Amino acid sequence: MKELICIVCPRGCHLQVDEDNGFAVTGNSCPRGAEYGRNEAVHPVRTLTSTVRIEGAPITRLPVRTASAIPKALLFDAMNEINRTSVHAPVKRGQAVIKDLLGTGVDVIATRDL
Amino acid sequence: MSYELIVIGAGPAGLAAALSARKQGLTRIAILERDKYLGGILNQCIHNGFGLHRFREELTGPEYAGRFIDELSGSGIDVFTDTMVLNVTRDKQVHCVSPQYGYRILEAQSVVLAMGCRERTRGAIGIPGDRPSGVFTAGTAQRYLNLEGYLCGKRVLILGSGDIGLIMARRMTLEGAKVLACVEVMPYSGGLSRNIAQCLNDFNIPLYLSHTVTEIRAQNGRISGVTVSKVDENRRPIPGTEMDFECDTLLLSVGLIPENELTRGMGIAIDPRTNGAVVYENMETDLPGVFACGNVAHVHDLVDYVSKESEKAGAAAAKYVLQGPNEGEAIDVINGDGVSYTLPQRIRVSALDGAAEIFFRVRRNYGKAQIEVLSGDESIAVYKRDRLAPGEMESIRLSRELLSKARGEIRVSIKEQ
Amino acid sequence: MTDVIVIGCGVIGAALAYRLSQYKLKVLVLEKQNDVAMGATRANSAIIHAGFDPEPGTLMAKLNVQGSNMARTLCEKLSVPYLNNGALVLGFDKEEELTLNKLYERGIKNGVEGLSLLDGEQTRAMEPHVSREVTLSLYAPTSAIVDPWEYALAFAEVAKTNGVDFRFEQEVTAIEKTAFGYTVITRKGRYDTRFVVNCAGVASDTVHDMVAPKSFTIRPVRGDYCVLDKNENSKAHCTLFQCPSKSGKGVLVTPTVHGNLLVGPNAVPCEDKFRVNTTADGIDFVKRMALRSVPDVDFRSTIRSYAGMRANHDRDDFIIEFAAPAFLDIAGIKSPGLSAAPAIALEALKLLEGVGLPMERNPSATDERKKLRFRNMTVEERQRAISENPLYGRVICRCETVTEAEILGAIHSPLTPHSIDGIKRRAGSGMGRCQGGFCSPKIVELLARELGISPLEVLKDGAGSYILDSETKDGEKANEL
Repeated sequence: MKELICIVCPRGCHLQVDEDNGFAVTGNSCPRGAEYGRNEAVHPVRTLTSTVRIEGAPITRLPVRTASAIPKALLFDAMNEINRTSVHAPVKRGQAVIKDLLGTGVDVIATRDL
Repeated sequence: MSYELIVIGAGPAGLAAALSARKQGLTRIAILERDKYLGGILNQCIHNGFGLHRFREELTGPEYAGRFIDELSGSGIDVFTDTMVLNVTRDKQVHCVSPQYGYRILEAQSVVLAMGCRERTRGAIGIPGDRPSGVFTAGTAQRYLNLEGYLCGKRVLILGSGDIGLIMARRMTLEGAKVLACVEVMPYSGGLSRNIAQCLNDFNIPLYLSHTVTEIRAQNGRISGVTVSKVDENRRPIPGTEMDFECDTLLLSVGLIPENELTRGMGIAIDPRTNGAVVYENMETDLPGVFACGNVAHVHDLVDYVSKESEKAGAAAAKYVLQGPNEGEAIDVINGDGVSYTLPQRIRVSALDGAAEIFFRVRRNYGKAQIEVLSGDESIAVYKRDRLAPGEMESIRLSRELLSKARGEIRVSIKEQ
Repeated sequence: MTDVIVIGCGVIGAALAYRLSQYKLKVLVLEKQNDVAMGATRANSAIIHAGFDPEPGTLMAKLNVQGSNMARTLCEKLSVPYLNNGALVLGFDKEEELTLNKLYERGIKNGVEGLSLLDGEQTRAMEPHVSREVTLSLYAPTSAIVDPWEYALAFAEVAKTNGVDFRFEQEVTAIEKTAFGYTVITRKGRYDTRFVVNCAGVASDTVHDMVAPKSFTIRPVRGDYCVLDKNENSKAHCTLFQCPSKSGKGVLVTPTVHGNLLVGPNAVPCEDKFRVNTTADGIDFVKRMALRSVPDVDFRSTIRSYAGMRANHDRDDFIIEFAAPAFLDIAGIKSPGLSAAPAIALEALKLLEGVGLPMERNPSATDERKKLRFRNMTVEERQRAISENPLYGRVICRCETVTEAEILGAIHSPLTPHSIDGIKRRAGSGMGRCQGGFCSPKIVELLARELGISPLEVLKDGAGSYILDSETKDGEKANEL
């Protein structure tokens, strides 16, 4: 039995995932919690947020995030990619600044207009 | 120059209040913002987790702010950035300065106070020792990191497990720093459980509950280490439990304080429990036509609730301007057993549109518990919860009918089951 | 070759440089730290004492009263925040009443004006927050409060304007006697001079020992202080002292010229004269003692604590004497050194003239400094200031209402600061309730821009106190769009 704190929403449910029983989840308050619990046991993923360099804007860093969650194991490799990225203003919120990050199929997108 | 409504602050509270007042029919609205940008502290909160309640999406701070800023364009609301309000008089003259417009006195029929909060500092909690560089409040370090692109240090200890501290533990780790530990004086974390999970546990950062920093040491002007000690139930360090950490940075995430200097200057009553203005059910202060919302009224943990509360304030300001002052007898809302504060502190039952929503925080962690609303000795409502935590703001709704039974004051208490 | 080298730029060295700069002299000030007022001058009680405390007949008594009398005019001339708020020494029992009577008589002998004794009721009529236990107090109307580092900075800035050479981060490591006077040696250079004045504060014994046999030893005494939010300021209008007793001089409660409430200090003899750390015990003691004077001080409003080191020593009086020919010690300047500083400088000048320093007035020298503070302006003055310089309309430090114009003024002042705390001492930014949380990043940016340095080089305070470790995203730009 694996004990987890659900990170899907601020409620922070305490989940139990039964690895021996088809990853059945208890302690969740919603279906998304059950899905999180199962994924976390099998294939944990995280949304990564960071910044990239931006030229030609009033500030020097543009906030970015992965458009959806990526494998947790890839977080630091993803940071290496992000750290090597630089963009020029203007940038719109939602615009991709890295396409298909590390072959995950997930883009890194700007989160602010600059 | 004169306005129907002047909103002070263009963080999430100010933006929501202004937009809501606009929707309720006010046409001459101004927002005054001291920074050069709109969005307030959300601009540096680049992590995700915002907007789940409001937008059913997980947004970052800048994205959440961006949705409101988008709505502003074309709304006809006057926005003055780079503008600092110096004082507001009781007859609602707003004295402000900016490089562009100089010293101006703007007149308002109503005012929404949305100045936000500041961080508690080393001085406020009195950590003894040397006074070197390298001791930062978490929010200041966050600003350097996320807006300006500078890492404050490489070996970091974090005092306080408030959400900003937890978020910064993850951010600094991802940016190449080693976060040694997070130290919390209380026996429970002040932050959200999900942040303990995804900011500390994900990166194997230990959390020391019931511990605090008891000395700061310096070498050549920069912090070189700290002593961490276990504390007893009265939060007194226990001799013999000292642990030394070598670090070049100490981040403090030890609480937020509503910034009510303008409010005090106006002679508005402040509630020592919230450090914010005493407010009525519609977020109006004891000065008619002046409203307070967001972190200046009480410190929130979720921006979604800030927006909701601020929309209430904005709508109430519009109603005040268009329909005149609120009247009617008020009952007091008091924090009872296990509750540290309630908001609003006063409810005018006759002025309620439907139910009153009461926000509060509990003093400690509870398992299954009952929230009880008492009028005198009589219980007028009971709500069940599976768990309650000081780090998470709670709310209950009380119908007009229930409230009309109350005499003088009502008390919100917690009973563990 | 210079005429005079002043070693140390605390308030004593600065006041002396100010006086020397009025004459046609070549003067060099060598300071170990990277700014003015980095020792005892930056961390003390900020009081201009009336002068009833020192023993009659001592240099301390004479120079305290003289210095105190000079302070008001000097502060006006130099735009230094100064407030003549008066002082009360509180007595709690019969024994302390005797002490107060003694202090009263001593004050009269020292030439302190306006002293009177007040009973408990009269005391509380003046200061409603004073303890009910107070039975008698000594009122000294000439006592005042000042901004100590502005006092030192003003002296130094005027001296600099008049041509005095200031060199920072120049710790004196040796002094050689020469045919014409002395060669003063630091790690950065050798400086020839005819006269030397030792104003090295807690290190004044070390400097003395470089030219003469040991004649005194500094025995430094540390004191902890708490600064409280402006909302506690109304708890005291006068400076409230306790009676000096066997257990020490007592803890004071006083308003500051910035509008805060200050309490402290304790008195702890220290081994390491350069480590000014606060301690939990010290702060606890200071709080407990302050509550004796003013029981309703709310220490939850503490915004900062600090400790200062006083240059106490194994002799009693100030040491103002020649250690060797043309080598003047101004040493062991403990309390009331800040109050006495301008008088000490004049005394030193007299002594130097007596041994042949030529004193020809420099007609082009100034003895004034003008400094505008936005927070003290009227609405009309503020309007005018912003219309002349729009940067007065941008508030950088929101707690203390310090504008960008003032920050830039501080950066480009005669003695360029390189640190956030240097700006704080000059402009008053970061002194408020958020303790620089909001304004520090902006000031780092302004310092870097104006001085043409990287933000990574901006210091918080002294040498080594860097703020930012490294820039993020330092990798190559492989993914440039």
